[in-house]
Amino acid sequence: MKVLYFAWLRAKAGLGEEEVAPPAGVADVAALVDWLKTRSAGLADAFADMTLIRVAVNQDYVGLDHPVCPGDEIAFFPPVTGG
Amino acid sequence: MIRVQAEDFDPGVEMARFSGNGAIGGVCMFLGLVRDFMGDGTQVGGMTLEHYPGMTEKQLAAIEAEARRRWPLEDVLVIHRYGRLNPGERIVLVATASAHREAAFQSCHFLIDWLKTRAPFWKIEHTAQGDCWVEAKETDDQAAARWE
Repeated sequence: MKVLYFAWLRAKAGLGEEEVAPPAGVADVAALVDWLKTRSAGLADAFADMTLIRVAVNQDYVGLDHPVCPGDEIAFFPPVTGG
Repeated sequence: MIRVQAEDFDPGVEMARFSGNGAIGGVCMFLGLVRDFMGDGTQVGGMTLEHYPGMTEKQLAAIEAEARRRWPLEDVLVIHRYGRLNPGERIVLVATASAHREAAFQSCHFLIDWLKTRAPFWKIEHTAQGDCWVEAKETDDQAAARWE
């Protein structure tokens, strides 16, 4: 699956996108976040407070309990500030 | 119609496109510009707008569809820029056209309110003290919630 980071999350993560293959037990967004946090200090810092983070799966807003599957595009970003 | 672009646009040219349709009795436009100050009064030298290509267009199209579901609209135009922008530059244009003014006014207000809380754009402001990511405002959430 493809994981994308935007705005300050990208800066903290140290990368804008990555292709990942989490273990089989990672079935929803919350589990994916827990697994990503183990991959680098930057990602652990980026995901320290999930109340500051919005999630999209395949470009639609979802909650932390939304399932994730191989082939999905999962994006993490702060609340939006356009307009 | 949705347009997400780095280039500037000409509001006069965009508004002129609404002419010539006899079903349209009124057009309402909101034009957003880059301010030169932050909430605390700090001078801003400009900003850079980042977005999520693909999701931006998808979310804006969904917001346009919702506006068309709620009001009898003849036409809708949303233009949003990204990239580096200087104070005074145009960022966003929302225009709605309907047979009567009330639908045009209301749907234009709805579109900009929902766009601000749903379209995946992020602003980083450039100041003499350094760069600063703009934080989402509760007042914007409240403005969007009026239309729930």
